[in-house]
Amino acid sequence: MTQKEFLNIVTPFKDKVFRLAKRLLVSTEEAEDATQEVLIKLWNNKTKIQEYKNVEAFSMTMTKNYCFDKLKSKQAQNLKIVHSNYEDKQTGLQKQVELNDSVSWVERIIEDLPEQQRMIIQLRDIEEYDFDEIAKMLDMNNTAVRVSLSRARKTIREQLTNTHNYGIK
Amino acid sequence: MVLNNIEKLLEKYENGETSLKEEQVLKNYFSSGNVAPHLEMYTPMFTYFLKNQQEQFTKDVPLKTKMKLNFRWISVAAVVLIMLGFYFGASLRSDELGTYDDPELAFNDFSKSMEMISKKLNKGTSAVGYLNEVNKGTSTLGYLNEIENTTSIIFKK
Repeated sequence: MTQKEFLNIVTPFKDKVFRLAKRLLVSTEEAEDATQEVLIKLWNNKTKIQEYKNVEAFSMTMTKNYCFDKLKSKQAQNLKIVHSNYEDKQTGLQKQVELNDSVSWVERIIEDLPEQQRMIIQLRDIEEYDFDEIAKMLDMNNTAVRVSLSRARKTIREQLTNTHNYGIK
Repeated sequence: MVLNNIEKLLEKYENGETSLKEEQVLKNYFSSGNVAPHLEMYTPMFTYFLKNQQEQFTKDVPLKTKMKLNFRWISVAAVVLIMLGFYFGASLRSDELGTYDDPELAFNDFSKSMEMISKKLNKGTSAVGYLNEVNKGTSTLGYLNEIENTTSIIFKK
């Protein structure tokens, strides 16, 4: 398999891999490293790539496992403090700031969710996979995915309502 | 009507029962700009989802086409090389010095080399000739026996 063929396979979902990694690892740099790692692993096993039924789902599972490993490793424990995701938000029009702020609330709320719910929100609401695919990727059953997703969505809504109505963060 | 529909969809959405299409309807509604005031808290959520879909991985992936060294084939190549070395080396370093076709020439060369050999041999024997001197020396030593004889005669008496 040439590099070009490999890139053709990988390009459609490499952004999804990156976003899932970022959802779990929070920091962009870490997520980039994780994505690279996953893609390199795929490349090194390129002879077996034809055997995989669904390369995309397989890569997502790989990403999930890789990120969990990262989070468990001691290295990540140290990094967590460093990458607290302090972004330098651009100041613009009042409206823009407001919107940006409320959007970043969502990000913060999602960050506080348990890892599994975070992943499911990511895969469903952002990447728009169907339930069967998510269940396969995360090695769960269909109903468990639904329940988790429902819980996550409710939590987000509750918190958003709080911030929206009473300004409580 | 539309609002009613959206509210129903939102409820289904929270229970995780919406299909992807229905979720798309919700996303479109909340990004359209005219959202009903009592549903406004959902807007950031859906905008966030839409915004996040656009985030891209920009870093390059270093794909190394690393040649795996196959040691089995390397060893085969090495053996072949060694055998070729023996084969050609042996044929290049053969002890043959060539032969003569003309007998007269061969005779001339042979006699020449024989002459050389005899010369060298004579030199050797002439060096050996010095051994005669040694013999002479030992024969003179023989006189010492005479002396011994005479002295023995003397002491007997």
